[in-house]
Amino acid sequence: MSSTNGLVIAVPRGALFEATLAWLDGLGIRTDELRTNERKLLFSDLGLITMRPSDVPTYVAAGAADLGITGKDVLLEQSDSALAGVGRDVYELVDLGFGRCTMVLATTAGADPAAEALRRLGVVRVATKYPRIAARYFEDTGRQAEIIEVKGSVELAPLTGLVEAIVDLTASGTTLRENHLVVREEIAVCTARLIANPVAHKLKAAAIDDLLERARAL
Amino acid sequence: MIYPIPSGTRDVLPDEMRELRSITEALRDVFSAAGYGEVYTPALEYEAVLTRGELAGARPAYRVFDENGNVLVLRSDMTVPIARVVGTRYPTAEPPLRFCYFAHSYRGVRPQRGQHREFLQAGVELIGVAAPRGTAEALTVLCGALDAVGLARYRVGLGDAALYPALLESIGVAPDDCARLLEELARGDFVGLEYGLRALDIDEQSIKLLLEVPQLRGGADVLHGPPGPVADAVAGLRAVHELLADGVAERVIFDLGLSRLPGYYTGAVFEVYDPALGIPLGGGGRYDNLLGEFGRSLPAVGFALEVDHLHLALAAEERL
Repeated sequence: MSSTNGLVIAVPRGALFEATLAWLDGLGIRTDELRTNERKLLFSDLGLITMRPSDVPTYVAAGAADLGITGKDVLLEQSDSALAGVGRDVYELVDLGFGRCTMVLATTAGADPAAEALRRLGVVRVATKYPRIAARYFEDTGRQAEIIEVKGSVELAPLTGLVEAIVDLTASGTTLRENHLVVREEIAVCTARLIANPVAHKLKAAAIDDLLERARAL
Repeated sequence: MIYPIPSGTRDVLPDEMRELRSITEALRDVFSAAGYGEVYTPALEYEAVLTRGELAGARPAYRVFDENGNVLVLRSDMTVPIARVVGTRYPTAEPPLRFCYFAHSYRGVRPQRGQHREFLQAGVELIGVAAPRGTAEALTVLCGALDAVGLARYRVGLGDAALYPALLESIGVAPDDCARLLEELARGDFVGLEYGLRALDIDEQSIKLLLEVPQLRGGADVLHGPPGPVADAVAGLRAVHELLADGVAERVIFDLGLSRLPGYYTGAVFEVYDPALGIPLGGGGRYDNLLGEFGRSLPAVGFALEVDHLHLALAAEERL
């Protein structure tokens, strides 16, 4: 039996990787091989698989992994309001606290170009890697926005006149400052979350509860 | 040429159809032997009829206008149409009434594995038999059906939809806050539930209880709890469990956190799992107030199985 109680856990590579491994170490789950082998993705004998954070909910929802760690930003972006009223894809079990970032609305410094655009043109153009979060936020606050999805550096968009504002995740605000952007509004604080497959949560209850018990003792 | 069909719908060709047929035939035999008569209702209904009252089912996703300007919807489940049938076509019939169906329903889901916008459900509705006897009968038919399909490893989660609302009310949470918290629970967002509870003016001990109860799931040993709503729900679940034959009882997992949408469920709720598949195969529960919306106040219980999910689980069990 692996040190994960026979569970398969999806581990995010990238910004949450180190903190996730430290958390798993604290539970007594062996992670040494993940640190040394950067190219390997599947560690079957350890009960761990590694992937991009945004893929974690996909694997967990389908039951390819029982548990997973990912950011609240990913969960917010992938949660589908059309699904509300029908059910859920994954259970969100624990706020792990690490990987703390803030989803913000930012613009160039000085007079607020977003407010100006809203006042004179009735609509603000917003660049983001999180089109659903951005669209929902503007809808919830009763403002009209054109959401422009970009894949790369969002900071570029307002500097080149593509948009008046951006919605992006920031940890320290350094990148924003370096690009002469200022935070206008905070949308949500995002930390790492432990998620579970709903069926595994029922059928592997003892294994999952034991893991949560150890996590609480940390 | 390639001519597309709408996202979330699909064609079924003979090889697959044969396998689906063998599943539905096995189910039909079990339902029929248990005394459930098959019904069919129109896929299109008047929106005003199907969404009567506060207890509406899953919100219909597809609407059209007819030539007179009436709003028609594609049904999102079969329970509400059958409630309409009972009120309209059986206004005086002596209960109990037993119906089964094999019918497509429609929901506006994001298409993915096992999630289609048009899906085939097989289910039963038992009208006029209260808890615990009606619930036990429904569970017995459910397990008989799953056995007949050939699933070996399925389990049935059993909970009580009335438990958490009663618990929140007993602690004095305002109705608006209750609705929000119940939605977090139904979504399985336990973090959101905790933050929602902490934002309210509730003592620490109650918060602890409200967070622990939905995590209680497993064998009969989870069936205990402090006096009040938890003990009431537990007593109800015990009463159902005692009526079950061994073969059915051993399939049951108690789950005090089980919460199912739509919102018409009033008591015992259940959900079917298979370790080979990451999504539930179906579920159901008691809806003792829904029939009243259609003029016949009768207790009722039912379940629906998603035929495609049964098929996926059968295929997945073969690979284990």
